[in-house]
Amino acid sequence: MMLAIDPTQKNSFKRQISNGDLVIVYERHDIMKPVKVCEGSELQNRFGVFKHSDWIGRPFGSKVLSSKGGFVYLLAPTPELWTLALSHRTQILYIADITFVVSYLEVIPGCLVLESGTGSGSLTTSLARAVAPTGHVYTFDFHEQRATQAREDFEKTGVSSLITVGVRDIQGEGFPDEFCGRADSVFLDLPQPWLVIRSAGKMLKQDGVLCSFSPCIEQVQRSCETLTTSFTDIRTFEILLRTYEVREVTLEHGGADDIGSPGPSLPCKRRQRSHGSTNGVEKSGSSVPMANPCGESRGHTGYLTFARLKCV
Amino acid sequence: MTETSMQIDSSSQNPRITWEGCSVLLDINDGGRLVFARLNAGSTLKIGDKKCSLQPLIGCPFGSMFQVEVGLKGPHLCRIFAADADDQTAVLQEKEEIQQNERKDNRALVDDNTAQTLSFEDINAMKRKGAAGRQIVDALIANSSTYMTKTAFSQEKYKLKKQKKYAPKVLLRRPFTRSISEAYFKKYPARVGFLRMDVLSLLLSMANVSAYSDVLVVDMVGGILTGAVAERLGGTGHVCNTYFGVTPYPMEIVRIFNFNNEICRRIVRFPFSDLSLPEINDPGHSGVVENTMSTKMLPNLDEAALSTTPAPSSGGLPRSEEQIIQQAELPDLRLDPVNNVEPAPSIDENSASSVVNAGKSQQPGKKATKEAITSWKQNGFSSLIIAAPDLDPWTVVQELLPHLSYSAPFAIYHQYLQPLAACMHNLQTARMAIGLQISEPWLREYQVLPSRTHPCMQMSGFGGYILNGIRICNNEVSIKPSSV
Repeated sequence: MMLAIDPTQKNSFKRQISNGDLVIVYERHDIMKPVKVCEGSELQNRFGVFKHSDWIGRPFGSKVLSSKGGFVYLLAPTPELWTLALSHRTQILYIADITFVVSYLEVIPGCLVLESGTGSGSLTTSLARAVAPTGHVYTFDFHEQRATQAREDFEKTGVSSLITVGVRDIQGEGFPDEFCGRADSVFLDLPQPWLVIRSAGKMLKQDGVLCSFSPCIEQVQRSCETLTTSFTDIRTFEILLRTYEVREVTLEHGGADDIGSPGPSLPCKRRQRSHGSTNGVEKSGSSVPMANPCGESRGHTGYLTFARLKCV
Repeated sequence: MTETSMQIDSSSQNPRITWEGCSVLLDINDGGRLVFARLNAGSTLKIGDKKCSLQPLIGCPFGSMFQVEVGLKGPHLCRIFAADADDQTAVLQEKEEIQQNERKDNRALVDDNTAQTLSFEDINAMKRKGAAGRQIVDALIANSSTYMTKTAFSQEKYKLKKQKKYAPKVLLRRPFTRSISEAYFKKYPARVGFLRMDVLSLLLSMANVSAYSDVLVVDMVGGILTGAVAERLGGTGHVCNTYFGVTPYPMEIVRIFNFNNEICRRIVRFPFSDLSLPEINDPGHSGVVENTMSTKMLPNLDEAALSTTPAPSSGGLPRSEEQIIQQAELPDLRLDPVNNVEPAPSIDENSASSVVNAGKSQQPGKKATKEAITSWKQNGFSSLIIAAPDLDPWTVVQELLPHLSYSAPFAIYHQYLQPLAACMHNLQTARMAIGLQISEPWLREYQVLPSRTHPCMQMSGFGGYILNGIRICNNEVSIKPSSV
């Protein structure tokens, strides 16, 4: 199970994979798949055929071999791995946005959080982790089938006791009255969030925080105009992650004796040489781990607008 | 159901209303000054040249706004209600509409300091007669010859500027990880090792901090990390705060959170040597780190840690800043709430170990029991977070990683990229972890106003790097870990 709501389920040196467990099968940092362990089943991928029965009894984090000698790692699920492995039924929120939202909404154990729409449940899972063990997330989506799939996912990952999925057109009807004045935080990921801001304000406790995620600045503009009537401390952010690759790189010294060394990176070589003697790196062309930003990255996800309910 | 459980959690207090002895964050003039204070009958706050009692703040909901009023008993803080603030937004909106139609600009503006006809003496005379701040601001506007030529937007700016000076506002805020971290990063970044709020949040997520976890933590960032983890655990699991050498790292910031006894009890400290003492059948040591290596590494680590213990800072700090840091950590210099006079710099840690609670309250950071340490050795920690700006990540992580459960995530914060790159490379080569990634968040705030939306002109350009990954189980792997 993803969260150790039952302390005996906690991951430890003694915990072993057993029949019925959910594991994240890790092929590469960008290829992962959630699999329910089932004695007698097999997993087939480009590395060969893996028998589930070989997995049972191994600790989480183990490397397992296929019939062909290929290998994968079996990891214990976490909300972060789930976000990378889940099936995208909608555009989902990624780690940087999720993390910022959870912190900024001040979600802590015991909180009651409202969310709409549920989408693929990527954020919902992280919200559930933050409110555990005594809080609850009520999430709404107007799409019946999506809500059902989300429920199934939460069941699979073992967070269903912390989440209630409702089918409701929040943009059209607002949040249900039963939550009036009970929500610690509200999260909106809707095409026209300004239509729900009034209702969200009614749901929040005094000084409660609202967040609206919108990909377009026009949506932000309209939301902020509506927010000023009953909210304060209105702030809009954008957060992106730049990731780095690390490689062992060998740089030539390019001295007079070196023939055919490429020209344009002179300053770099000089620096390397001047450090060479102190590091004990004397030989030309010794390799050093170096980092540089990955060439391709996400340029935009969405704007996050936060606001605090005015105190009356 | 959830509401009641939350209230019980914070010892039968409504956590959204202040109480006597509670810790608060006071935001003066919209982030202009940030003061951490403890609300006691005698605590005072100096705003401008006026000393105000904080007594009126007790029993008010967080989010309340106060203004300095001068009455018969002298200056005092008076709560202002949303209704008053509402006219302001109404006025602003009205002005926005006017702005659409007007074509004013600054072509006639001459900056020769003659625009204001009200003199310093005039203002002082008004103050002596007991004029309210708002009246002074109105008088300043009436006597400004350029005010009417300004655009509606710059009129608003002018008014706000004068309000800050003559009618300062105090916003009562909850001390949460977010607000504490933001306040420190804004005013004293060195005290939290330049760890920005979004980076701190990422550390918590990447290390899967969740209820019932036992999170191993190396906190050389003043306690902000320990506090943030404890807040997420909410009185379950443990914050296992370890240190190298003999002196625990300071964690003063933990006292700013309004943690109840249960949460404090779960913040424990122990020297790393307690964990590394050899034990028979210790499943934690999968043989990746050789014993000889550990002993060879330890003295260096101790030395490094000890030399940096007094100030969780990195090199290149201005002298004055360093002194402030040290002062803050000397218990003798803790300010008594009564004399809470705000010094020029704007973060005040009003001694959180306040006299009021000293007797009954549980102090955070007790030494971990032998049983607890034995249990962690046998079961492994749920995850690991390292925020030690002055330690080499690889040296630390190769000591700590073997104590994590298999498949446990870890996250390392550092201000510099190179040591993380070397660390990542070594972890890869030694096949100790997978899912390794170095990331750097980029956070940008926007000004959103009708026809004037754009990114904020000033932003923090850098909040730190994170290396995260997942520990793997190497027990049955045939490939020998290559030595590094």
